[in-house]
Amino acid sequence: MGHKIRVEVNGRVVEREVEAHTLLVHFLREDLALTGTNVGCETSLCGSCTVWMDGEAVKSCTQLAVQADGTTVTTIEGMRTGDEMHPMQQAFWEEHGLQCGYCTPGMIMATSALLKHNSNPSEGEIREALKGNVCRCTGYHNIVKAVQRAAQGGS
Amino acid sequence: MADQGKARILGSAIKRREDPALITGKGRYTDDFTLPHMTHAVIVRSPYSHAHVRSIDTAAAAATPGVLAVYTAADIESSGAPGTVPTAWLLPDIKTPEHSLLAKGRVRYVGDGVAVVVGETRQAARAAAELVEVDYDPLDAVVDPQKATAEGAPQLFEDVPRNISFDWDLGDKEKTDLGFEGAAHTVSAELRNNRLIPHAIEPRAALADFDEHKGELTLRMTTQNPHVHRLLLSLASIGLPEHKIRVIAPEVGGGFGSKIHLYPDEAIAAWCAMQLKRPVKWVATRSETNLTDAHGRDHVTRAEMALDAEGRILGLRVDTHAAMGAYLSTFAPAVPTYLYGTLLSGQYDIPAIYVHVLGVFTNTAPVDAYRGAGRPEATFVIERMMDLAAAQLGQDPAEIRRRNFVAADAFPYATQVALEYDSGNYEPALDKALEAAGYAALRTEQKSRHDAGSSKWLGIGLSSYIEACGLAPSQVAGALGAQAGLWESAKIRVHPTGTVTVYTGSSSHGQGHETTFSQIVADRLGLEVEQVEVIHGDTKEVQFGMGTYGSRSAAVGGSAIANGVDRAIEKGRRIAAHMLEAAEEDVVFDDGQYTVKGVPDQAKSWGDVVLASYLAHDLPEGMEPGMETTAFYNPSNFVYPFGTHVAVVEVDSETGDVELLRYIAVDDCGNVINPMIVDGQVHGGVAQGIGQALWEQAVYDDNGQLLTGTLMDYALPRAHMLVSFELDRTVTPCPHNPLGVKGIGEAGAIASPAAVVNAVMDAVSHRGIRNIDMPLTPEKVWRAIQ
Amino acid sequence: MFLNPFEYHRAGSPQEALDLLNRHEGAKLIAGGHSLLPLMKQQLAQPTALIDIGRLAELSGVEKQGDSLRIGALTCHAELASSGMLATHCPILAEAAAKVADPQVRNKGTLGGNIAHADPASDLPAVLVATGATLDLMSPQGVRQVRAVDFFVGLLETDLAENELITAIHVPVLGQGSGSCYLKAEHPASGYAVCGAAVVVELGADGNAAAIRLSFNGLATTPVQCFPVVGALTGTDLADEAIDTAVNSLLSVEDPLGDIYASGEYRVQLAKVYCRRALKIARDRARG
Repeated sequence: MGHKIRVEVNGRVVEREVEAHTLLVHFLREDLALTGTNVGCETSLCGSCTVWMDGEAVKSCTQLAVQADGTTVTTIEGMRTGDEMHPMQQAFWEEHGLQCGYCTPGMIMATSALLKHNSNPSEGEIREALKGNVCRCTGYHNIVKAVQRAAQGGS
Repeated sequence: MADQGKARILGSAIKRREDPALITGKGRYTDDFTLPHMTHAVIVRSPYSHAHVRSIDTAAAAATPGVLAVYTAADIESSGAPGTVPTAWLLPDIKTPEHSLLAKGRVRYVGDGVAVVVGETRQAARAAAELVEVDYDPLDAVVDPQKATAEGAPQLFEDVPRNISFDWDLGDKEKTDLGFEGAAHTVSAELRNNRLIPHAIEPRAALADFDEHKGELTLRMTTQNPHVHRLLLSLASIGLPEHKIRVIAPEVGGGFGSKIHLYPDEAIAAWCAMQLKRPVKWVATRSETNLTDAHGRDHVTRAEMALDAEGRILGLRVDTHAAMGAYLSTFAPAVPTYLYGTLLSGQYDIPAIYVHVLGVFTNTAPVDAYRGAGRPEATFVIERMMDLAAAQLGQDPAEIRRRNFVAADAFPYATQVALEYDSGNYEPALDKALEAAGYAALRTEQKSRHDAGSSKWLGIGLSSYIEACGLAPSQVAGALGAQAGLWESAKIRVHPTGTVTVYTGSSSHGQGHETTFSQIVADRLGLEVEQVEVIHGDTKEVQFGMGTYGSRSAAVGGSAIANGVDRAIEKGRRIAAHMLEAAEEDVVFDDGQYTVKGVPDQAKSWGDVVLASYLAHDLPEGMEPGMETTAFYNPSNFVYPFGTHVAVVEVDSETGDVELLRYIAVDDCGNVINPMIVDGQVHGGVAQGIGQALWEQAVYDDNGQLLTGTLMDYALPRAHMLVSFELDRTVTPCPHNPLGVKGIGEAGAIASPAAVVNAVMDAVSHRGIRNIDMPLTPEKVWRAIQ
Repeated sequence: MFLNPFEYHRAGSPQEALDLLNRHEGAKLIAGGHSLLPLMKQQLAQPTALIDIGRLAELSGVEKQGDSLRIGALTCHAELASSGMLATHCPILAEAAAKVADPQVRNKGTLGGNIAHADPASDLPAVLVATGATLDLMSPQGVRQVRAVDFFVGLLETDLAENELITAIHVPVLGQGSGSCYLKAEHPASGYAVCGAAVVVELGADGNAAAIRLSFNGLATTPVQCFPVVGALTGTDLADEAIDTAVNSLLSVEDPLGDIYASGEYRVQLAKVYCRRALKIARDRARG
């Protein structure tokens, strides 16, 4: 049986019918073709699927699409304002905070959410905040630098 | 001016051209593609590590709504397809039992495929897969490579006694034995190199589309080497002619070796698409990936080192059991032999070395190249032995290394294990690393902690590594059993306006080739990087190429590009000379201008000359129009990056917990094209090696069940477990390639396990502890301290 | 990474949730979903229906009620970790909540869901036992109260009946002269506790320990309290040596849990180390 849901995704309200067992990440990727959100595990531990729900970072692999009904969801595709990148996107670029790019959308969503709560995190706080996201390429070194750069207003 | 131009582009940390798409969610990986009428394949996998398959009943699954087909090995066989995944590296007397796409009557590891279900939806295929009834007759299993060679051990293949696929050695045994006679000191150890799961964060995936009218297959897949996959698919798996297969590597989310190899799954997806005449997508779940991606390492080694009274090495004997898993993966036999045994001289002048390796089948996932591939295992052996020797002789680990280094003036240096080191200068890298670490101060702090009775013990570990990479001289590879050449190709297509499209056989999956390769071309031609486009990862667009692994892209792929560009410049010189009415040998090319020597106002720009080549109104006699070159670069030797890494750790003596405090890496990868990308490669490699040393391990129980099948149990390094790394370098250019570059993709993973383990052993050595097997989990360290 | 089909119902009130639960055999409640959905992906749980209670505002938030705090069962870990009310009146719960998993999980995972799952490696059950918490369990028959220590009955097993719903958790206010601490050895892969020690110390007017509560996770299927250590240290001034001696000689666990990462014997060692360290920190905090 389908469930009708209404979700504001990246600033646009969408209404769709979804199956109860559809995960939010599959709804985003398959129903809305927002393939920037990736799947890297099945145990809620890699963080590649991180999106914002009502402004907070959540793992979209561990949410049902029906649970998102009535919420506001932001994915990596919604981070730019016009052609202007979000400061965290820009910082990842400047600092070489990505290599293969697969974990990157989740990383950007998680770290930009961190800065909403803590505008000037220490290196330790940044590393703790990245606990839910795995990167296999960068050793996190430049991801940490990217977050620091974004926190300092991109300078 | 020209020099400034060069300084600006080559060697500059320009931002990656790849990134804007990747950071905005526009990067498209295999699973991001959807095709009309696409279907979904799910592989039914064996839950047993070893069993006869008595029968497979597919009726219930096939009758499920939404299911299009259920196939088994019998179906593949009757289709006439070759139906195998091959081994592409053969050794003398190697036993290479068939590895069929789906199991024929017997499964040999948990995850071995027995059937495939194709459904209209993934959900339908998944549900039906659970209805495939397989009648298994379980057999005893063996997972330990030493136990597998014992008489009476469960045997995986009838015609492979004691499960030994190959018995290989290298070096002079007698000479080595002589070295041990009369040695002042001998040091011995049993060293285990833990089995790892690569964990590219993008799981393997394939999307196959068969055009029945053209007879053409298009396969998007997670691959590091699309042409190699096309070749193997054609010859061994699906039997379609090579020119009728197009393999595309879209964005690939990391590989680390795991996407070099051809696996059954991707080939099955291709075969299914040919049967059904509909697109078939297969995407591994993380647990499937962990069960079936080729694992790395898994060595059990007995090593002995002989030294004289002063600590100079007289000989090294190494005996290794290397697990191959249930089948020989694509390049598996090369890893514990030519990529391992040949590296056992390390940075040292060792007069005699003998290494003996058994490649052994076990009831586990196949083992093949994983970041470093053989070289981390070799570095671990030699660098652990150096520390054990230092401890036994009471010498400082830095000093015993220094004493044994191949001298700076001894290059080219022929080792006792078949390599000729073309260049090297090891002491400056060691010195730089020690200075960066503040080695003397660390030793002082270590002592003062002990004197104060602190429960937090400090440890400092060194790893002076060398690697042979830039795989590889094709003649050497061929002589050693490779069923492929290991050159690289580049096509340089210069457009009439002078801009360039480069087609490279290297296939980027995170390394930043589009940026680095553009820098090579722009630097040589005096262009901006924006005037260069790099195309890779599509067999229909790109000429045959060997792909990206073995830290080969800059050294081999980059050299091919450099040579191709130089050929275009040469052709341009002839045209320019003709246009300028000068002798060819008097025309020089620099920073985008052809000028006549001594007549600087006599010049033609690159763009003018290229346009002339396409107009062809007035070309030198006999010259063909156009400006397009293809270069196949076959390296004359490996390249030999080296360096010294220092790890500083703190061991909590009450819990055994190891905290990484600092990590210093001094690497020498020759000339640097983009320092930002080079540093990034070191960071990633170091993190993986630290992961191996401290946390990562694939654990099978005695029945061959994988106990670390998900991220709940297999610990990957996370940000809070690591530190910011302290990097520096020395520059010793490679003497034999046009760029003077060496590889850097694997160096970090090669050096770091030994550095970290040496550091922990250093911290606990006052308790008489000499060795703990990786990963150094708190409990193991605590038990050793007790 | 995929779930088998099930029915989904969203409850508008706790009563409706109970009603839906009653009407659907094999149904389970879902709040944040961070314990349940991972199990369902691995097919370790296959409910026929999910009753979504995630939006019941009356089950969320922290408020002070006399000498205790009432914490709605749906309060998420992030909210616990940042709650000023908890920081003042029950800091150990905030400290432990901040150590649960990772930020994304803490944004969705709830206290009620966590304890209903009753994972022996979970951080919060031991903390609730150490604080002397009480749970409100609501059924069609009304609300009953169960002490946290009685709630956890076995591996992934609680006193929660199939027709019941956790609505709130009450924790006593830790007043002046009390100190608490939660320390854990974290599993490097899962982030769960290999072993965690939750300690609450209340000092009397004389500065000696008037009351001590200890509780450990990771050692047994349910939180382990260690009464011999409590007995030995109660009434003492909690000098370092006294703590070390009592813990080293009296902390023992029969048949401790063990796995491929950490054996039972090692977990007991961890319990001793973390117990000593946490006791000293809690004591110092109590002294102000």
